[in-house]
Amino acid sequence: MSAVRAIRAIPTTINYLIASGAGIIALAPIYIVVVNSLKTAHAAVGLSPSLPLHPHWGNFSAVNAQAGLARAFFNSFVYALGATAIAVLLSGLAAYVLARRRTRRHLVIYFLLIMGIAIPTNYVTLTKVMQDAHLIDTQIGIILVYASQMIPFNVFLIYAFVDSVPRDLDEAAFIDGASPLVAFGKVILPLLRPVLLTCAVLDVLNVWSDFINPLYFLSNSSEWPMTLSVFNFYGTGASEEISNWALVSADVLMTILPVIVIYIIAQRWILSGLITGSVKG
Amino acid sequence: MNPPTASTSATVRAVRRAGARGRLGWGRRARKPQDSYYPTWFAGGALALYLLLVLLPGLLGIGLAFTNWTAYTTKLHWTGVANFHALFAPHSFFVIAMENTLLFTVATVVLKTVIALGLAVLLTSGLKRLASLYRAIIFLPNLLPYVAVGIVFKSLLDPTTGLVNSTLRTLALGGLARNWLGDIHLALWSVIGVDTWKGVGYIMVIMIAGLLGIPRELYESASCDGASGWQSFRYITLPMLKPVFAVTTVINLVYALRVFDIVYVLTSGGPGYATATVYTTIFSQVGLGQYGVATAFSSLFLIVMLALSFVVIRVLHRPELQS
Repeated sequence: MSAVRAIRAIPTTINYLIASGAGIIALAPIYIVVVNSLKTAHAAVGLSPSLPLHPHWGNFSAVNAQAGLARAFFNSFVYALGATAIAVLLSGLAAYVLARRRTRRHLVIYFLLIMGIAIPTNYVTLTKVMQDAHLIDTQIGIILVYASQMIPFNVFLIYAFVDSVPRDLDEAAFIDGASPLVAFGKVILPLLRPVLLTCAVLDVLNVWSDFINPLYFLSNSSEWPMTLSVFNFYGTGASEEISNWALVSADVLMTILPVIVIYIIAQRWILSGLITGSVKG
Repeated sequence: MNPPTASTSATVRAVRRAGARGRLGWGRRARKPQDSYYPTWFAGGALALYLLLVLLPGLLGIGLAFTNWTAYTTKLHWTGVANFHALFAPHSFFVIAMENTLLFTVATVVLKTVIALGLAVLLTSGLKRLASLYRAIIFLPNLLPYVAVGIVFKSLLDPTTGLVNSTLRTLALGGLARNWLGDIHLALWSVIGVDTWKGVGYIMVIMIAGLLGIPRELYESASCDGASGWQSFRYITLPMLKPVFAVTTVINLVYALRVFDIVYVLTSGGPGYATATVYTTIFSQVGLGQYGVATAFSSLFLIVMLALSFVVIRVLHRPELQS
């Protein structure tokens, strides 16, 4: 009997082995970054997966002194929050009106906006527009660029959600004499909270991870976000000597840590947002 | 835009009639024009940013693609299709970049779809416990910044000190050690591998949602009729997932055609032009001050993506996917 049970158990065991293998492959690079961020420069050559003999916490202050980690971290934080606030608020207002009024004109605006999900940015001419608008090399400039790039997907997500909010609610507010803005802020905005939070989390992650926009639009290193800062620090380190890998790992860890923390806190929002965004119309 | 079913449209009509009667009865709501309730200017902020920073550069780019615009031009003049001629000149690296982008796109779409489907089936029907933990872990790389991923893999794939080759040597498989990112024939495939590692979890998550949406009864009645596991996969799972495949393919396409970060960090488009893509080529042309050619390339790309975006809107608005 027990032999039969053991044979039956084999496929399940193999399934768990495959799933665990996939999990290990997914986590291995993160593990390697974590252990090497705590090693001495000498021990981190080649990024071996061995544990550090003594955790070397000084790497983080060293990378702050050499690569301006705190400054870049703060910049990323400001860009992510600023662009997200603008994108979510403007997209919420737009999606609400466009979903409530289905005239031909409003549908055209809606499709024009969500076309932006697929059309690529022309960075050559965007650079020129940014120069002419005096937005290049400025922090407000990069925030507005991020917001403009996220508006299409946010409008798309919120638009579908507005449909699920009964019209009677806003009409009741109007009958009570509320202005459109008050009705939106007091009645609709609280009801849209789930989708607005989903958008906000996805937007923050998006801006935090972005690399190409600062590469084109921020030449001043004091304005660099984490991604560009870590790339440049790694670039200088790799060309001069390979012994900087402990510091590079510490810098990379500080780039991915906020993402992992947000993922652990907001996992449900992220997954549901991405699935709804892709599967729901 | 989705044709409603007979029963829902009947309900909608009934509700509308009731609403109209209500309005006529009390005569309050209908009087105010819609615009004072839902003013169009609410969409103004989003539209203004979008027009200025997304659409205007796109249109401007199409116009400037027909000029002699460079970093050194003092006076712009029309040059007709000269820039487009340059794009398609014999042995043009723009053509190489397009070919690389196409190969990258096809390879990542196929790899991510096949691996994600396998993992999704495994996690939905092969495991009893921990499925959501595995799902969460396998999805995680998708959120990591490409720059961070690129730097780590560039070290892991280093031909002399990298962990991949040193592990192969330790396992006495030193013959398999390669110059992963420096070999002209291998570099693009290494980039494809890293990108698949990072992106497969996202596709898997969507496929899991799709698999969970297939009614259980279909499988039950199939197994009553004596269908094997493979037969129910082939004749139930795959057909039922068709709309999900459409969605994941679109997501993969839209990403892969404009790939930049991972390529730029891993290889900067090299060695030579072995891994140059559309976006890395535009970036290097801008660096050289060749704005006219760069914007011609960008505009050509925009037209292709615009055509594709109509397909995207079609696919994302499929009624059968609404849950």
